[in-house]
Amino acid sequence: MADGTSVPIGVIAPGKSKTQKNTMQKFAQRRSTTGFLLCLPLILLVAAFVIYPAFYAIYLSMLNKKMTAFVGLSNFQFLLKRHTFQLVIFQSCLFAVTAVVLKAIIGFVLAHLMHNIPGKNQRVWRGLLLVPWVIPLALSTLTWWWMFDPSYSAFNWVLNQFGLANVPWLGVGWIARFCTIAVNVWYGTPFFMIMYLAALKSVPEQLYEAAAIDGANAVQKLFFVTLPMMRNIIAITVLFSLIVTFADFDIVRILTAGGPQDMTHVFATYAFQIGIQSGDIPLGAADSLFMFPILAFAAFFVLRGVTKRTKEIAT
Amino acid sequence: MSASTVTERRVAAAAARKHSLHKSRMWALWGSYIALSVFVVMFLVPPFYTLVTSLKSSAEISAQTGSPWLVHSPTLENFWYLITYPNFQRYYLNSVIVTILTVVISMVISVLAAFSLSRMGFWGSQTLSTGVFLTYLVPPSLLFIPLFQIVGQLGLINNFWCLVLLYPTLAVPFCTWIMIGYFSSIPKELDEAALIDGAGYLQMLWRIFIPVAMPGIIAATIFAFTVAWGAFLYPLAYLYTSNQMVLTVGIISDLIRGDVFQWGKIMAACLLASLPPIVIYAFLMDYYVAGLTAGATKG
Repeated sequence: MADGTSVPIGVIAPGKSKTQKNTMQKFAQRRSTTGFLLCLPLILLVAAFVIYPAFYAIYLSMLNKKMTAFVGLSNFQFLLKRHTFQLVIFQSCLFAVTAVVLKAIIGFVLAHLMHNIPGKNQRVWRGLLLVPWVIPLALSTLTWWWMFDPSYSAFNWVLNQFGLANVPWLGVGWIARFCTIAVNVWYGTPFFMIMYLAALKSVPEQLYEAAAIDGANAVQKLFFVTLPMMRNIIAITVLFSLIVTFADFDIVRILTAGGPQDMTHVFATYAFQIGIQSGDIPLGAADSLFMFPILAFAAFFVLRGVTKRTKEIAT
Repeated sequence: MSASTVTERRVAAAAARKHSLHKSRMWALWGSYIALSVFVVMFLVPPFYTLVTSLKSSAEISAQTGSPWLVHSPTLENFWYLITYPNFQRYYLNSVIVTILTVVISMVISVLAAFSLSRMGFWGSQTLSTGVFLTYLVPPSLLFIPLFQIVGQLGLINNFWCLVLLYPTLAVPFCTWIMIGYFSSIPKELDEAALIDGAGYLQMLWRIFIPVAMPGIIAATIFAFTVAWGAFLYPLAYLYTSNQMVLTVGIISDLIRGDVFQWGKIMAACLLASLPPIVIYAFLMDYYVAGLTAGATKG
């Protein structure tokens, strides 16, 4: 029955339908050519400054320091044996995981608090809470540096008022590690808050009503309604933040420049130090390439989880 | 008699329950406000301290007496010094040039690509969309060393034009991603109507897609602006003389000489440099937040 309409056309005017098909094909062809041309700037940009540099980095990382001879994987071997680099791996993971967990938890709490207050007041509070995220990170880190300053530290002054001794904020390894993480949490929490707030608003109110009728208390509502509904957003936000935090450069570079005793170096700052400052480009390239598998691993797992759950919701 | 007392009691009990519910809600509300205030104070400590320090004279800072959180004799000399300081004017101008060009280039590339990817399927367009998303996940610190070599081969080391070339790689993937989302939400009937009326593709994009997706365009523009204004790694690695520097690196390398920290001036410079983003966010925050969260909630 559905074919009934197409049959007469084919019988009565076979030639016409052929030309029609041709113009349709031409139209589609022109459409896809235009489409490709419109994408061309993007493709060229990404090819020239993302894909080509990525392969170039692999090539560079296999050269010797003067870039005159091919040395295979010995740069990677050299790095892995170096004590400083082992510290870098440890600190990068510690920095990224601790900071992301703290940001996720504080952001979640903040989003819930924001969700509690009436909608018309939310805008002002959100604006105030987003300030850390609005100021360029390199500039706000300068302020943190000044507050951690050993001679006239704003924080130490407060501690002294309470009769406590001065803390060498950026002078002792573990305290400096804590400081870099604290600055990152301060900067990144607002991002989590707005993402979670949007997710909270998208949870249908009926689900909570149904849960309330079934006698669920607040904790049960959180674990059996809110969290399952927000799983996707939590996964995506944590992925973004994990990658950005893992690859962070600004905070560590300005606050400690890797010191004391290289204890706060992360991959990016260490690559900058050996690659740009000491001029060993191949070793620096090798160092930043170590980030790639870890980033790809994180991206793969979370993206897989997200698509799986989207399919579950769809079916 | 007895029946009426029962109902009275019931009403009273219901009122009491209602009252306690109301009370607990009020407590939750006030608790939220108090907790939020604590967070706001914690979050605003660094900006507040920036402001306080920027109003202090160098003498007051180096005296190191009294509370560092208060200004004893407020002065605008730091701001005046910076505004009349040729190097600082140069950084500001460079930042503005680099940012405007980056925003324009990024928006043109990403709007064209997003239009094509959301409406015209061609061979490999699906793969390209996924590729754009994955490119967004590439952090700048992953590729800055090979890019250092490439920028050197192009002869653009210590030339701020290299930033105009490189910043779009950081902005375009996400801008395209946002714009694909906004363009896809435009009903297909609109472009069919335009095609029937004889509009070309570019006309369709200019007359229909861009006006309808204006909130998305604003969100993507703010993103590109934020990236270009605040980036630190590329200018630090590729620029080294003060006539080429942009604000983020200029402040650090110019106002910190050896062990001499002119904190009052540094903080005043931070404030002046943070002003454009703060002003833009103050007015357009809603668009940006909507654009940012739309992509994630859909995905």
